[in-house]
Amino acid sequence: MSSNKYYLNYLDELESEAIYVLREVWAQFQNPVILFSGGKDSIVITHLAKKAFYPSKIPFPLMHVDTGHNFPETIQFRDDIIKELGVNLIVGSVQESIDDGRVAEEKGKNATRNALQITTLLDAIESNKVDCAIGGGRRDEEKARAKERFFSHRDDFGQWDPKNQRPELWNIFNGKYFEGEHFRAFPISNWTEMDVWNYIKRENIAIPSLYFAHEREVVWRQDAWIPNSEFLVLEDHEEVVTKKIRFRTLGDITITGGIESDADTLAKIADEVAGMRQTERGNRSDDKRSESAMEDRKRQGYF
Amino acid sequence: MLDNNQLLRFTTAGSVDDGKSTLIGRLLYDSKSIFEDQLQAIENTSKKRGHAGVDLALFTDGLKDEREQGITIDVAYRYFTTPKRKFIIADTPGHIQYTRNMVTGASTANVATILIDARHGVIEQTKRHAFIASLLNIPHVIVCVNKMDLVDYSEDVFNDIVSQFEQISSKMLIKDVRFIPMSALNGDNVVNRSENMTWYQGSPMLNMLETMHISSDVNKVDARFPVQTVLRPQNDTHRDYRGYAGRVASGVLRVGDEITVMPSGFTSVIKAINLNDQELKEAFAPQSVSIQLEDDIDIGRGDMIVRSNNKPEASQDIEVMLCWLNNTPAKPRAKYTIKHTSNDQKAMIKDVVYKIDIESLNRVEGDDSLSMNDIAKVKIRTTKPLMVDTYRENRFTGSIILVDDSTNETVAAGMIV
Repeated sequence: MSSNKYYLNYLDELESEAIYVLREVWAQFQNPVILFSGGKDSIVITHLAKKAFYPSKIPFPLMHVDTGHNFPETIQFRDDIIKELGVNLIVGSVQESIDDGRVAEEKGKNATRNALQITTLLDAIESNKVDCAIGGGRRDEEKARAKERFFSHRDDFGQWDPKNQRPELWNIFNGKYFEGEHFRAFPISNWTEMDVWNYIKRENIAIPSLYFAHEREVVWRQDAWIPNSEFLVLEDHEEVVTKKIRFRTLGDITITGGIESDADTLAKIADEVAGMRQTERGNRSDDKRSESAMEDRKRQGYF
Repeated sequence: MLDNNQLLRFTTAGSVDDGKSTLIGRLLYDSKSIFEDQLQAIENTSKKRGHAGVDLALFTDGLKDEREQGITIDVAYRYFTTPKRKFIIADTPGHIQYTRNMVTGASTANVATILIDARHGVIEQTKRHAFIASLLNIPHVIVCVNKMDLVDYSEDVFNDIVSQFEQISSKMLIKDVRFIPMSALNGDNVVNRSENMTWYQGSPMLNMLETMHISSDVNKVDARFPVQTVLRPQNDTHRDYRGYAGRVASGVLRVGDEITVMPSGFTSVIKAINLNDQELKEAFAPQSVSIQLEDDIDIGRGDMIVRSNNKPEASQDIEVMLCWLNNTPAKPRAKYTIKHTSNDQKAMIKDVVYKIDIESLNRVEGDDSLSMNDIAKVKIRTTKPLMVDTYRENRFTGSIILVDDSTNETVAAGMIV
């Protein structure tokens, strides 16, 4: 028997690592949740959790931080997956945080609810006594994320201190915390955007229709096609046009830019991503505000 | 990418002055792993800082403080893919908390790359890098003799550095060492073969990384399965199902194997191995699976399933090479939580046998203190037995960390000897 038989290809190894992390979360924490945005990364996490605990159901709820500025398709997808998996859904509502006076809407032309999510997320974590929030963050996404741990400690204000992280060696994770603190866990830390698409294709995982090329009313803003919606305030010079587009990432409908594309199958999307010369977050205006936009938000407790 | 492509993890050790960031930038740039908006961003930054041309080192820029101070504070992970392999780089800083970060990055690596400035040859830092690669038992080492452009691409200079390095590495346990003369700045022998050093017959770095044999890096002999959690669905279709979930740490386990559960010593036979709804005939490292046994025995997290004819040692007294990773020094005879595979116990450092002087690599006896970045051989006593192998034989059942219960911080990492 050749010893070569016993090695995993890169996708199997990434899958195996992610399943290991998810099981460690379940074993080390009392009350974990999966942060579910309806985006592809959180869908992959949910798929991996299904595999990690099969034939048991996923033993923890999904948590959605709802900005109120959603793609209707995302909400439909979320509700369908909850029903299919038979797990609980916790919703943290940014609108409620605004109504309760916890946060105030941003003012100005490029106002979004992106940063407001931090308060809603931390409130939802506290009120549901969540001790570990599992996210789909990947180290290849952004330079601040390149330093994330699999098990990432948050202090009792929900803040991340990148200079004072616990060293993480081999596959031994230290999930110990004091009352009021919590963890974030990132099972797909080592995946790239390409890995995610290749995995979705291989496993034939259902994703929202928004990822596939479709006709949509859009406005050209900050180098991306922003979808027209009831939340979008048009500038005088801006014009709504219909384009065949798809989205590479899904977030708040007001800041998620689409790209022109004909890719309407998983295979075509994977091919398209392989040839991409721009990063996926390049179409996200939330990251364009400054050189350290992501780091600043992460320190405060962002996803 | 092809379906049978493997994942290779490597560390880069060196400081900014060795051209480490430039090397990583060069690898990413020449392998076309950098996106246009990233390139645009560093072109702008290069201009803003008054650099001539594009400074490839800026690709590895990280946190705000690091950009301001021009140093790397923490291990950063980078990714790139070629048609042959997927690569993960653990980019470890050369200056601050050097040992702590390099040990962290090295713990999962297949390959350590060590940078040497061709003008300076083997220096103290090189020795430390080689020592840590050896201590962490990294299977392969690539010594990159960089800045060859500054020594006229001289073969003699290169050969001299090779023999200097071999002198120190011969005293260490490094299995596979390779040397490459390069200029990361100009791209010689990084991705593309150098036209300035036709005397070099070996491969450029990327080709070496793409083709080196790594399947044997994993221990395939000693079957070890630490149980992470127990799956008991208790639904109508799986009423009596009891699956032990975990990741194979080493070796191969097959349906029908006679197994022993450590530390209880109960024996049984593997009834089934599952991954999701798939039934597997066998599972090998590093697969995550769940295992069902023929007999109903009491097994939980912290137990280890092994083949009955090949067991690890159950021991409460272990000797480890310990790296101290925390600003607070070790407290004499204090209790720590020891984490080993999926097992947590209390432990006490009973004795410091010797410390390693990281400059001279000599053993120092009679010094019991352990502070940040210290490396020492220590004796540890645990409250209950751990099922251990030596680190040399098994990276995953031979490694431990210590957690300080008063801060919950990870304060030390250890390799069982």
